[in-house]
Amino acid sequence: MAIATEKATDARLPLHYRFTRYLRSHFIPAIGILGLIYLFVPIAVVFAFSFNDRLPNGRGSVSWVGFSTDAWTNICVDPNICRAVGTSLQIGVLSTIAGTVLGTMIAFALVRHRFRGRQSTNLTIFLPMATPEVVLGSSLLALFLSTRIPLGIVTVLIAHVMFTISFVVVTVKARLAGLDPRLEQAAMDLYADEKQTFRYITLPLVAPGIAAAALLAFSLSFDDFIITYFNKGPSITTFPVYVWASAARGVPPQVNVIGSLMFFGALALVLLAQLAGKVKRR
Amino acid sequence: MASSSSSGKVEDLRLVSLVKDYSGVRAVDDISLTIPAGSFFALLGPSGCGKTTTLRIVAGLEDPTSGRVFIGEQDVTIKPPYQRPVNTVFQNYALFPHLTIYDNVAFGLKRRGEKDIETKVSDMLDLVELSDLARRKPAQLSGGQQQRVAVARALINQPDVLLLDEPLGALDLKLRRQMQIELKRIQVDVGTTFVHVTHDQEEAMTMADTVAVMNAGRIEQMGAPEEIYELPKTAFVANFLGQANLMEAEVVDRDGAQLVVQAYGNKWSVPTVRAVQNEGQIIVGIRPEKLRIALGASSDTEGTNSIVGTVTDASFVGVSTQYLVRTPWGQELIAFEQNLAGGDRIRVGDEVSLTWEKSHSFGLAGHENVDAGVMDLSGAIAEAVTESS
Repeated sequence: MAIATEKATDARLPLHYRFTRYLRSHFIPAIGILGLIYLFVPIAVVFAFSFNDRLPNGRGSVSWVGFSTDAWTNICVDPNICRAVGTSLQIGVLSTIAGTVLGTMIAFALVRHRFRGRQSTNLTIFLPMATPEVVLGSSLLALFLSTRIPLGIVTVLIAHVMFTISFVVVTVKARLAGLDPRLEQAAMDLYADEKQTFRYITLPLVAPGIAAAALLAFSLSFDDFIITYFNKGPSITTFPVYVWASAARGVPPQVNVIGSLMFFGALALVLLAQLAGKVKRR
Repeated sequence: MASSSSSGKVEDLRLVSLVKDYSGVRAVDDISLTIPAGSFFALLGPSGCGKTTTLRIVAGLEDPTSGRVFIGEQDVTIKPPYQRPVNTVFQNYALFPHLTIYDNVAFGLKRRGEKDIETKVSDMLDLVELSDLARRKPAQLSGGQQQRVAVARALINQPDVLLLDEPLGALDLKLRRQMQIELKRIQVDVGTTFVHVTHDQEEAMTMADTVAVMNAGRIEQMGAPEEIYELPKTAFVANFLGQANLMEAEVVDRDGAQLVVQAYGNKWSVPTVRAVQNEGQIIVGIRPEKLRIALGASSDTEGTNSIVGTVTDASFVGVSTQYLVRTPWGQELIAFEQNLAGGDRIRVGDEVSLTWEKSHSFGLAGHENVDAGVMDLSGAIAEAVTESS
């Protein structure tokens, strides 16, 4: 019978084919996992060293001394560290608000309006991103000194707003460009005037882009060392500047605690946002 | 219908000498027409003929270069879209993706601060049979359901005029036929004026009371579907609305109410009233389904015209067979024969005669291009590609 003869033949595919197929399906995930490990090892080290004990002389160490939760329970043991974090948060929040508002408005202008110089604005917006920070920082310092603006939190804010705007513009522009203009036309057709259309249609649809831009702006501002170092003056110290200064004497494990807190805070925010999105979709 | 009681009388839509230029290109070229209240009006034409621009001018989404738009006695030409008693069903629907179906449909009522929004919305969702999907987001609906939401969202505002911009273009053929009937039913139900823009001639003829065929920014011909189909006045209308055999001929005589024309040695008659021109060079037209095909030489009788030719193609499509017949002068004519006999069919290569009632001929101006408005295949494919992307 026909069925019997078919059973006799080997139904399996050739060996070399099965081998390459195995490789194809396992090799790429393996590489991916290695890549992720590469990305996460530094974060793991930061977290691990937040439990590092201090050296007998009270200084922080770059090598493992012993396990201790001391840094987690006494974060502000050096008041300077918490003051520096406070300053960084303050600068971060203020420059994020200013940078996001200005950058969002620029993005709207660039996407929605045709005006003379639009193309060149599009290009120049990229300049702060492309210029080396050292150059930006030193040039700004020269500008502030020659215009006799006293260095301090104001000059740092001006500098931070300046370089965050570019990132905000690029992020919001991408979102706006993907927004179908017919949605706004439909809103107008359904009796929404310009303000209502913006409030009920445009803003909610662009909001994820603006939120992403704001988060990006905040992390850029909080993180910035070079430009800040040039333009802060002697009166204030931001968190990155504090870490840099303390590195000479050994970084206290509290720095790792704050780093870990930032990381877990950001992670919690992202998870929360995704959870909220899922609940909303239901 | 529950929701159409309060708005009072519906108004005529009147366009006066509308012109729209786009940086030197005239998209709409002096259109004047009155669309009576409560009618189902179709603007039919190929892509780029200005039909969508005309619609957008009525909606207020586009400014005319000159001309006026009236709704009833009210001049709405310079009013913003949100102050016009007009609503639009957009191509690809433009449903608000972040709002539920309920909120999409309620949007217009909320903006106008209406009362009883909840009852009105649920009535409207009942009408379009989407009540159980009210809490969903547009992305969770099928194309046909989204289409009905778009209609509901516009219609709930009881506009004087509902504009539909290729509303069925994104649906597959079967669903499209179904929605045509559905839309027609809704229109009859609510009695609102529907202005429907489409490039699908079958869709326009199925649904509309009045069809205006547009070409290059102008209205070529306007009338009831059967009227313009049976008696097209231009080669473009003859070819775009269905198919037509157009043959160049010369008027040689007049026989009572008939023009006697001569073409390539044949003598035919065209009723004088069915010709746009009564002398000199004209184009004689005949619809393919009006031709009767028979083997052998013609048996010309009193009331008919005829041509002899050779069958070059025969395609059987079930209800009918479509024949291509090459005339002695090299033109290919189309003839549709209903599949009545079901028996032996005429084959490729057969010598046949085509005859038709004299009263079915129509006459067009002699200077016209006989290929105007013929669906060219590459154009149709390009259009399909852009639409699907």
